[in-house]
Amino acid sequence: MNHDAYPDNYIRAILNSVKSIAMVGASPVNVRPSYFAFKYLAQRGYDMIPVNPGHVGKELLGKPFVASLSDIGRPVDMIDIFRNSSHIMPVVEEALRLDPLPKVIWMQLGARDDVAAAKAEAAGIKVVMNRCPKIEYGRLSSEISWMGVNSRTLSSKRAPAPTQGMRLSLNRMSVGGGDTAASDRAAKNKSEQS
Amino acid sequence: MSDRLPGFSTLAVHAGAQPDPTTGARATPIYQTTSFVFNDADHAASLFGLQAFGNIYTRIGNPTNAVLEERVAALEGGTAALAVASGHAAQVVVLQQLLQPGDEFIAARKLYGGSINQFTHAFKSFGWNVVWADSDDIASFERAITPRTKAIFIESIANPGGSITDIEAISTVARKAGVPLIVDNTLASPYLIRPIDHGADIVVHSLTKFLGGHGNSLGGIIVDAGTFDWSAGGKYPMLSEPRPEYHGIRLQETFGNFAFAIACRVLGLRDLGPALSPFNAFMILTGIETLPLRMQKHCDNAKAVAEFLAGHPAVASVSYAGLASDKYNQLARKYAPKGAGAVFTFSLKGGYDAGVSLVSKLQLFSHLANVGDTRSLVIHPASTTHSQLDDAAKVKSGAGPDVVRLSIGIEDKEDLIADLEQALGA
Repeated sequence: MNHDAYPDNYIRAILNSVKSIAMVGASPVNVRPSYFAFKYLAQRGYDMIPVNPGHVGKELLGKPFVASLSDIGRPVDMIDIFRNSSHIMPVVEEALRLDPLPKVIWMQLGARDDVAAAKAEAAGIKVVMNRCPKIEYGRLSSEISWMGVNSRTLSSKRAPAPTQGMRLSLNRMSVGGGDTAASDRAAKNKSEQS
Repeated sequence: MSDRLPGFSTLAVHAGAQPDPTTGARATPIYQTTSFVFNDADHAASLFGLQAFGNIYTRIGNPTNAVLEERVAALEGGTAALAVASGHAAQVVVLQQLLQPGDEFIAARKLYGGSINQFTHAFKSFGWNVVWADSDDIASFERAITPRTKAIFIESIANPGGSITDIEAISTVARKAGVPLIVDNTLASPYLIRPIDHGADIVVHSLTKFLGGHGNSLGGIIVDAGTFDWSAGGKYPMLSEPRPEYHGIRLQETFGNFAFAIACRVLGLRDLGPALSPFNAFMILTGIETLPLRMQKHCDNAKAVAEFLAGHPAVASVSYAGLASDKYNQLARKYAPKGAGAVFTFSLKGGYDAGVSLVSKLQLFSHLANVGDTRSLVIHPASTTHSQLDDAAKVKSGAGPDVVRLSIGIEDKEDLIADLEQALGA
């Protein structure tokens, strides 16, 4: 996979197929991005599991924290890693010891570890880096258009007004990755320099 | 679902718009409301904390305006946009995110006269210091860079003379200096030039001109290219540092490649207040649907009129980059192959008096201070848009006393030429 510019179909297939998401680094602090990404994905119907060893014994929006991926005790479709790039590898190594393996490993906006990604992909796991699943879900459903964001999708269909717990259609006509090619190029240059 | 790229005209009609979820209305409704009801206290808190997608108050965002924002972002190839009350408002909001008092920005000397005023006088009282450079001398931008430089500002097609700016060369200077390049793309519109493709980090527009296109509604917009790394070097604390007004959120960390557009909305528009009326957004959206058709006609007419003027005995010179003999023709072929725009100047052998006489005799051209209308427009910049400048600065910005500016409309070109012919002849 080219991790500089994901085709919409790649992201769409992931968000349309996964049901359970373990979020590593989920925070109970309600002004942290991990908290409101967790909350949004739960509202859109995903089975969310908060992973954070510092908060075991507490709950996040009614879901009990677990200390590590191996403590989840049931199969999980996607691991969403809310940690800095330097903390990605140990989480990926732990994910690779799970049985069954997760289908997707997703690294949050700002996080990228190409070596860890290659390891996961060698095991047949799909990888997304430096993206936010909340933003991507909002973009492909066009819900994010409310903020003036270029969803890069079009639709002539009447969509329902989003309500609590509703899953939204992500199957709008895609304008492809090309229309924000400049942004993708800049991210690639930055990642090559670092 | 295939990932194919719809063309520019398809985006001009569809991007950002979809049938209204509640009523099924196909045209974008005018959400003429100040505020939006919350589902509950938690929803309200989430919206105020920038944690959920949705509307709060029209000074921060409005569904009609959002359609306009997404449409222009798509046409420009940006990640997001923010619509504001005017092109001038767009410039204030952009620079507020980038400059602290005592900071500098470099601007091309050839600019809309109103921008020259705003930069020279109004921004001085904010402690934002403009340093002028010459678009025809790229090294002048390099020489102007200091440790306090926070941005470079240029126009893609410069007002009033219609000269074409070498965006790529100036973007190289900006990149080397680690500052964003801001391009005012008003006179080109994304139909002719997409500055982001040439290295712009931020694009601003007066929507009042070709995008709205009918001379009926003011508006401005800011497009985020999503290309600039605001965290590098700590020069842009509005984007890289925790924001106390939003519980310590760091905008770049939270919003990634559209953080600048969000900063303009939640720190600029929210606090400075130049919101666009949803009614104006609707008018401008309707205009944008025909932008590709209108812009081509504007350019084709402008070229015909410029050629006519270049051959007229009363005319001393014509400054239009679409003419093969023009100084900027090479740049026009590179940056604007579909046409060199429709705003240009010419000078009369009879000087100032001949200019005044011409304006008074024209029957179809309207004498007023605007450009980018369906109607053809004429003005004498030295006595109006550029009147605040001293004589030397007028000449430098292409608005000397003998200069007349035209904005060519979408009428029949034969009628425009006939009108100029009778006004020049008698």
